[in-house]
Amino acid sequence: MVQVTTFDDVTVIATESLSKRFPRVTALDRLSVDIGAGVTGLVGANGAGKSTLIKILLGLSPATEGSAEVLGLDVATKGAAIRERVGYMPEHDCLPPDVSATEFVVHMARMSGLPPTAARERTADTLRHVGLYEERYRPIGGYSTGMKQRVKLAQALVHDPQLVFLDEPTNGLDPVGRDEMLGLIRRIHTDFGISVLVTSHLLGELERTCDHVVVVDGGKLLRSSSTTDFTQTTTTLAIEVTDNDEHPDGTRAVREALAARGVDTDNDGGGLPGAGHILLLTAQGEETYDLVRDVVADLGLGLVRMEQRRHHISEVFTDSDEQRKEAAVHGG
Amino acid sequence: MAVEQPLATPAGDQSRIHDIGYRGYDGPRLGRGYARLSLYSQTLRGSYGLGRSVKSKVLPMLLFAVMCVPAAIMVAVAVATKAHDLPVSYTRYAIIMQAVISLYVASQAPQAVSRDLRFKTIPLYFSRPIETADYVQAKFAALASAMFILTGAPLLVLYLGALLAKMDFAHQSKGFGQGLVSVALLSLLFAGIGLVIASITPRRGFGIAAVIAVLIISYGAVSTLQAIADSRGSAGAVPWIGLFSPVTLIGGLSAGLLGGTNTFPGDGPSHAQGVVYLLVVLGVIAAAYGLLLRRYKKVGL
Repeated sequence: MVQVTTFDDVTVIATESLSKRFPRVTALDRLSVDIGAGVTGLVGANGAGKSTLIKILLGLSPATEGSAEVLGLDVATKGAAIRERVGYMPEHDCLPPDVSATEFVVHMARMSGLPPTAARERTADTLRHVGLYEERYRPIGGYSTGMKQRVKLAQALVHDPQLVFLDEPTNGLDPVGRDEMLGLIRRIHTDFGISVLVTSHLLGELERTCDHVVVVDGGKLLRSSSTTDFTQTTTTLAIEVTDNDEHPDGTRAVREALAARGVDTDNDGGGLPGAGHILLLTAQGEETYDLVRDVVADLGLGLVRMEQRRHHISEVFTDSDEQRKEAAVHGG
Repeated sequence: MAVEQPLATPAGDQSRIHDIGYRGYDGPRLGRGYARLSLYSQTLRGSYGLGRSVKSKVLPMLLFAVMCVPAAIMVAVAVATKAHDLPVSYTRYAIIMQAVISLYVASQAPQAVSRDLRFKTIPLYFSRPIETADYVQAKFAALASAMFILTGAPLLVLYLGALLAKMDFAHQSKGFGQGLVSVALLSLLFAGIGLVIASITPRRGFGIAAVIAVLIISYGAVSTLQAIADSRGSAGAVPWIGLFSPVTLIGGLSAGLLGGTNTFPGDGPSHAQGVVYLLVVLGVIAAAYGLLLRRYKKVGL
C-alpha cells in the first residue's frame, strides 16, 4: 500500500513497509508513507509509534524490516549525514537549568558542526526568532514552560536544518502558549523555509498548522492526506444563539430553520455550561457558514458563537458522520 | 556580543544587516570530529568550572590549589636549604595526595556525565552527527585531561623548583618524566573508574559518594591489609594485595616499572610484578571504556 501524497514535487521523508518490532510489541507495522516539503502533522495516540518513527528516521534505531529515506538519504547507512541536516526537539525536558539559553544553544550549535563564530551568531538569531530576548542570558532554570519550549525549539533550528522533527511541542503549554507555538511552527516553514514534521495526539491543533496530516495508530498508517481534505470532510461547527420574544427558544428555532434547508444539527449534550444551547453541524465548506449567518439573521437572533470544534483523534477512527458528531460531543 | 553582523554575507546584502528576517546558514559544517572536539573542550573547561556558575568553580579550583601548595612549599624549602634532591619523589607525590585526587574525580566525574543523564540532554547529542563512541571518548578524554592537569601541575612546580635549586638536571628530568607517565596512567584509570560509576546514576550526590567509596575506602582497606600482611611475616603477599585499589595500583606500577620510590610496606613490587600492575591498569582502563560504551548504547533517545 503505497500512497503517494507528495506535493511541491519534493519528497522529504519516504518510508516503504517500515516495521519495528520489539520482543513484546510491534511499534511500527509496514508503514509506507511519502511526506513532502511543508508542515506535516504526525498524529496518533500515545504509543501509536510516533517516537519510534522519529528515532528510525534519525538513523538511531534500525528498522526490523522495510526502508526509509530522509532528504533522499537512507536512514540505515547515512544516519550521520541525516542528523547534520535535520533538527530534533524532544518531547520531554532536556535542558540543564544552570546554564543560560545562549550558552546552551551555542554549545548545541557546535555539536552540530558550526564553527564557533557562526555558532554564536546563529544562536543570537535563532533565539530572537523564537521570541527569547533579554532573558536568554539568564539560567534556564528560572524559565517558564513556554520559554523552555522555545529554547528547545531554538536548539533544533540553530544549525539551519532542512527538516525538523518536533515531538509534541505544545505539551504542557497553556492555550495562549499553544497558539504562539503553533504560529511559530507555521513560520518555520513559511519564513525560514524549513520543512517540519510535528507530532501531536490532538488532531485539531495540527489541522490549523499543517499542510498535511499523517495519522498512525498501532504502528499502522490510518490516513495520510492534505489538511484541506481533512477539514472539508470533518469540520464540525458549534453555534450558539440568543433567544428573543418571537422565538423564546432560539436554539430550537435555528434548528428547525436549518432542518428546513436540509442541514441536520445535533444538540451538544456535553454537560458543560451552555449545554443544550449549542448546536453542532457538519460544515460542507464556505456555504455552510453563510447559511448559518443568514438563518440566524432571518430569525432576528443574536449569534453568540460560531466556532470550529477541535477534533479528537478518535474521530478519525469513526467513519460515518453520525459517529463523528458523537465523537465531537464527547471529545471536543 | 556581535549579534547582528552576518559573517559571510555577500557584498550586495550589506544594506540588510539590520533586517530581522530569517537568514539561512551556508557556511561550513565541520561534522563529527569537530563536534567531538567541542564536547571535549566543553567538558574539560567544565571540569574546572569554566563557563559555569561561580559556585561550580570553587571546589575544582580549591582542590587544584591544595594539590600545588605542598609542592611549592617543598620547592621553597629545597631552594632555601640548598638540598641536593627533592624531599618527595615525582612518582610518590600523587600517592601522598591521593585523597585530594580522589575528591576531585568524585566531584567532577558526576558533573561530566550525570548532568546529561539527569537533565536528559543526551538525546540532543545523539540527534546530532556524533555517535555513542564519540560521546564516550570526548567525556573520557576530557576528564582524564582535567585529572592530568591536576596531577601534572604540582610535578611541574617541583621540576621547575628543582632546576631553580640547581639540582642535577638529568636526574631531575628522568624523575619528572617518570612522574608524568605515572600521573598520566593515574588520570586515565581514575577518570575511567569515576565515569563508569557516575554514568550509572543521574543523581549527582550518589555519584560523588560512590566514587569516594570506591577510591578512598579501597585504598584504606588495601593499605591496612598490606600493613597486616607485612607485620605477620607474609611480606610476599603485599604487592599482590596492592592490585586491589586504584591508588596502590598506580603506586605499585610506579615503583615496579618506572623506578619510583616504593610506597608499600616491605620491599615493594618486583619488575615482573610491575608488568602485572601495568597490565591490570591497562585492563581496567579498557574495561571502563567498554562499560561506558555499553552504558550509552542503551541510553539513546
